[in-house]
Amino acid sequence: MAEKVLMKGNEALAESALRAGCRFFFGYPITPQTELAAYMSKQMPKVGGTYLQAESEVAAINMVYGASAAGARVMTSSSSPGVSLKGEGISYMAGADLPGVIINIQRGGPGLGSIQPSQSDYWQATRATGHGDFQIVVYAPSTVQEMADVAFNAFDVADRYRTPVMILGDGLLGQMMEPVVLPDPVDPADLPAKPWATTGHKHARPHNVANSLYLTAEDLERLNFERYERYEQIKATEQRFEEYLCDDADIVVVAFGASARVARSAVNAAREKGIRAGLFRPVTLWPFPVDGLRATLGTARAYLDVEMNMGQMVDDVRLVVEGRAPVEFLGRAGGMIPTPEEVLARIEEINERIGE
Amino acid sequence: MANDAEAKVVFERPHALLPVVTNYCPGCTHGIVERLVAECLDELDVEGDAIGVAPVGCSVMAYDFFGCDMIEAAHGRAPAVATAVKRVHPDAVVFAYQGDGDLASIGMAETIHTATRGENITVIFINNAIYGMTGGQMAPTSLPNQVTQTSPYGRDVATAGYPVRVAELLSSLDGVAYLERVCVDSPKNVRKAKKAIKKAFETQVAGRGYSLVEVVSTCPTNWGLTPQEAFAWMRENMLPYYPLGVYKDVVADGYADAAEAARARAAACPLVNPDASEEGGAR
Repeated sequence: MAEKVLMKGNEALAESALRAGCRFFFGYPITPQTELAAYMSKQMPKVGGTYLQAESEVAAINMVYGASAAGARVMTSSSSPGVSLKGEGISYMAGADLPGVIINIQRGGPGLGSIQPSQSDYWQATRATGHGDFQIVVYAPSTVQEMADVAFNAFDVADRYRTPVMILGDGLLGQMMEPVVLPDPVDPADLPAKPWATTGHKHARPHNVANSLYLTAEDLERLNFERYERYEQIKATEQRFEEYLCDDADIVVVAFGASARVARSAVNAAREKGIRAGLFRPVTLWPFPVDGLRATLGTARAYLDVEMNMGQMVDDVRLVVEGRAPVEFLGRAGGMIPTPEEVLARIEEINERIGE
Repeated sequence: MANDAEAKVVFERPHALLPVVTNYCPGCTHGIVERLVAECLDELDVEGDAIGVAPVGCSVMAYDFFGCDMIEAAHGRAPAVATAVKRVHPDAVVFAYQGDGDLASIGMAETIHTATRGENITVIFINNAIYGMTGGQMAPTSLPNQVTQTSPYGRDVATAGYPVRVAELLSSLDGVAYLERVCVDSPKNVRKAKKAIKKAFETQVAGRGYSLVEVVSTCPTNWGLTPQEAFAWMRENMLPYYPLGVYKDVVADGYADAAEAARARAAACPLVNPDASEEGGAR
């Protein structure tokens, strides 16, 4: 049995990435993700890897693009304002079908916002990480253990589908410490070959090109169609979620990441008061766990979506529920975290209403 | 007419240049410079180890022209991409091929920081004082009073500022091992340009630090001149502003590489030269 260690979420993400065979990290300092970069700067030299502090977020993501094109497992991390700057590079990675892992330890926004935890980049992560038609896989862990788990798997998923993968955390998850069992390390030398990578052809194959430019509209449309077929495979196989007390739930609370921790406490408190409440927690935000959430329609008479923003994931919840039950929203913004009491009060309110 | 046995090949397409038709306008110097790059890859026998990074601009399709592995970068980001490629494959020969808008405007931060980090890569910089691909707008290297689509009354330095002299600017940075500005307007200058490009690649192969060759070029199409007139305009106006020559060569200065030159330059700083400070009795 692997050893349990106490780690900060940011450090667990970094250590897990190293164990997944990531040997290249390019980043730029920003609160509240700094521990991750600091951890990488300390550990990378010990494993023969590269930590490079880029001149900007823009440079960092383009270094990720380059390292990925060159065939390496590579990662960058930032927080909300910095991720906006990475949007260009993420779009190019998607356009050139390059894998890579991007961490967003969100803070309050818009603009420079705050340095307190937030979930206000849900739309950015799931709808518009950059320009053009594309999606990226987005994980939203809610414990340090889950941060370690998704960081490890993210590299496999990125390589398998040749897509950027984002891990969407927040300042609360990144900074907090919890016990964690780390995955067994993978030797980068044992990873599957990437025959498409630009490694120098050694006169043994035609030249490889990493590129997102297609001046013929028919070609670019065909590539978009092919990419979206791959997205359909991702939707069919990669949806992840957790259900908690949903089997008989009248009221299903939907929440991800840090707000799901608060929601769980509220659900427990509601159960103690005899209210049949449950928690549905998406682990993948894209692909959104449509099938899992739809299954809760069997018992649910109302939904309460709880987020640390002004209401973003609630759109996806409503798309799944399709008006078959009321979907209410409770959000705090700007770096504020909802309290279990606030959430419980809304659950009680909804319970009274649906009981009438 | 000589028979086959007597025929001798005196000129052929470099192996590192693919047999494709380029998108360059008649009289454009991109074709000459790309050929020189390919000849150097051939002569150094590094095509199989080479990974090139193409820019956004007229040479955006360069990934289809060079026979080595190629990466198409976002506008201005080629140095960042090349940095990472070299870190992943330290033994590869990594080069970026960029124009003036790409290198000296939108990608200036990446250019300066890649140079100052001393990334062991080679940059080929085409400076023709205009944005060619988008149809002739003012570039960071457009000359004062130069008429372009977006400086229709001539570049007014009072509002549009001054051009950037890239070779001079980068020559102050410690990570740079070799910098030369050349042009390709005559057979003699083409030979000199090739020598510079080859030296830049050799600098990289020897691990001496960052190398860049700036090629003062023309854009007959957007300058509205014939190729010959364009060269004349370049000689008359650009060369006085962008003088040809070697702007940094750490080997010629007596150092093994950029790192050694940088340490010597900061000889008085004990933090930079810990050994020297020990000799002097410091902690």
